Amino acid sequence: MTPLDYVVLFGTILGIAAYGTWRTRDRRDLHAHLKGAGSTRWFTIGLSVMATQASAITFLSTPGQGFESGIGFVQNYFGAPFALMLICIFFLPIFRRLNVYTAYEYLGRRFDAKTRLLGAALFLFQRGIGAGITIYAPAIVLSTVMGWPLDLTIICSGLVVIVYTVVGGSDAVSLTQRYQIGVIFAGMLAAFFVMLARLPAGLTLTDALTVAGGFHKLEAVDFSLDFSKRYTFWSGMFGGMFLALSYFGTDQTQVQRYLHGSSLRESRLGLMFNAVFKIPMQFFILVLGALIFVFYQFQPQPVFFNQTVWNREVQAAGGPGLRGLEQEFNAVHAEKQQAIGHWLAARHGGDATAEAAAKAEARAAYDRSEAVRARTKAALTAANPAVATKDSDYVFITFILNYLPHGVIGLLVAVFFAATMSSKAGELNALSSTTLVDVYRHVVRRDETDHHYVVASRWFTVMWGVIAIAFALLVKMSENLIEFGNIVGSIFYGVPLGLFLIAFFLKRIGGTAAFWAAVLTQVLVIAAYFGDIGVSYLWLNPLGCAACVVLALVLQAVLRDDTRPAPAAEA
Amino acid sequence: MKPVDKPDTESETTGLPWPHSWRGVYLFVTGVFVLWVGLLTLFMKLFA
Repeated sequence: MTPLDYVVLFGTILGIAAYGTWRTRDRRDLHAHLKGAGSTRWFTIGLSVMATQASAITFLSTPGQGFESGIGFVQNYFGAPFALMLICIFFLPIFRRLNVYTAYEYLGRRFDAKTRLLGAALFLFQRGIGAGITIYAPAIVLSTVMGWPLDLTIICSGLVVIVYTVVGGSDAVSLTQRYQIGVIFAGMLAAFFVMLARLPAGLTLTDALTVAGGFHKLEAVDFSLDFSKRYTFWSGMFGGMFLALSYFGTDQTQVQRYLHGSSLRESRLGLMFNAVFKIPMQFFILVLGALIFVFYQFQPQPVFFNQTVWNREVQAAGGPGLRGLEQEFNAVHAEKQQAIGHWLAARHGGDATAEAAAKAEARAAYDRSEAVRARTKAALTAANPAVATKDSDYVFITFILNYLPHGVIGLLVAVFFAATMSSKAGELNALSSTTLVDVYRHVVRRDETDHHYVVASRWFTVMWGVIAIAFALLVKMSENLIEFGNIVGSIFYGVPLGLFLIAFFLKRIGGTAAFWAAVLTQVLVIAAYFGDIGVSYLWLNPLGCAACVVLALVLQAVLRDDTRPAPAAEA
Repeated sequence: MKPVDKPDTESETTGLPWPHSWRGVYLFVTGVFVLWVGLLTLFMKLFA
């Protein structure tokens, strides 16, 4: 990175944070601090919801996924539009009519205080861990590649977010997210067009897509009913809808964003904006990855994309072996380049037979090159078992640093920081609101002034920010941390969704039955995970939700729980 | 099943030039989803 890149990076990131802080400096009453000034339009809500969900690791990892496995991951988002419509129809009108600050406040009105506290506690625990991961995961990639100190990267990005979230509250989060997502889109589009411009002369976009398709990188939709496949149309529709319903419907990080709207209409349109644009956005990022794959077919490609680790290991004892594998890879890569050249020449010449033969040759060379990459990773692990061999997260950042012009590099690094800060701000804001509304104001100090609660909310934001930074500084789990975050989410998402489904649809179930069903189910889900019952952790989410509903029905029949919804919630 | 306390807000107007009803918005979103899946399938077939 040159001084120009640093000017673009710091100018963008600090400029947005300073603007958000200045514009929202007068938010002094509790309602404005937690829900904003009540003037937020649907477009800002839509961008805010999108920015909260898309963290930096989305923009670092997703192109790498497109590079490595193709664009089939887009199917994971197929259920999201339907989940968002269900939230618009069932969840949102109730949340808005009851004028709640948090989703768990509704549980208190529908059931009782203990169920509300349980819902809030489950959220605080899992999102508290999530906030640490949000800041840590991109920091480890950026610090490894840039050579920046990891701890300093974590502390700096964390502190900036704390400042503007503390000062401006929810409005500052929404306002800054609007500009941060603008920077993200601008940066990703710049990367796309610069990459197209740097493709070899004579290679059209159609040629590039043909090459990507020839290597199975564009297999977007798979209608097969093969349950062993991770991403199919059906798993995306059902699994994806379940996950999106849990996340958008019961997770305060999202609920707070759309409750911020000036009216029900604005909140609904903000969610519908995401229902329409989520799939094309993910498609674009994945296609960018697939095209980076094509780009590297015409350029020298590293055998291992985490070049910092690679350079360190080749200097160590296993160096000669690794160098040998690198030379082998380069030779196979050259064969592949030649075969692709013949393939495209035959295609342009209209010779279908020669095209098919060259394409088969290129694919065979690709298989050989992937085999060499697999052996390289095995050799790295043998040389140093501590090395993380999953290098797809480093594909996009390596491409950016090696091939984009200065200035654009700074903009792209700003993209990763903007994404970190936008999702982190949403998390801090939600953690602080839930701690204040569902715990502090509900249990600890009930009848204080607005000013007291605003000050308390600011301190809770600082507290969660410091916890997130401390978590990110203390854990050293590399990319396993991302999977760890998904596991925590799977363990703790199912029960809250079960509680909300009971609250909305099973009128006869009272608070005591719902509470104990949720507690028992959560214990069972944790036991199922640690007891290793042979079920993938991804299934814990739907299983937890279903078990919570069934147990509540059973307990209601046994206990004959007569705890009824509060009149306000039933009216 | 009818939700416990869901207010009737579906009959409210959207305030958009089109569609005017929320049911229309949901149909539009479903239509866009079908369009995306169709385009993705076509894209995949074109460059297979």
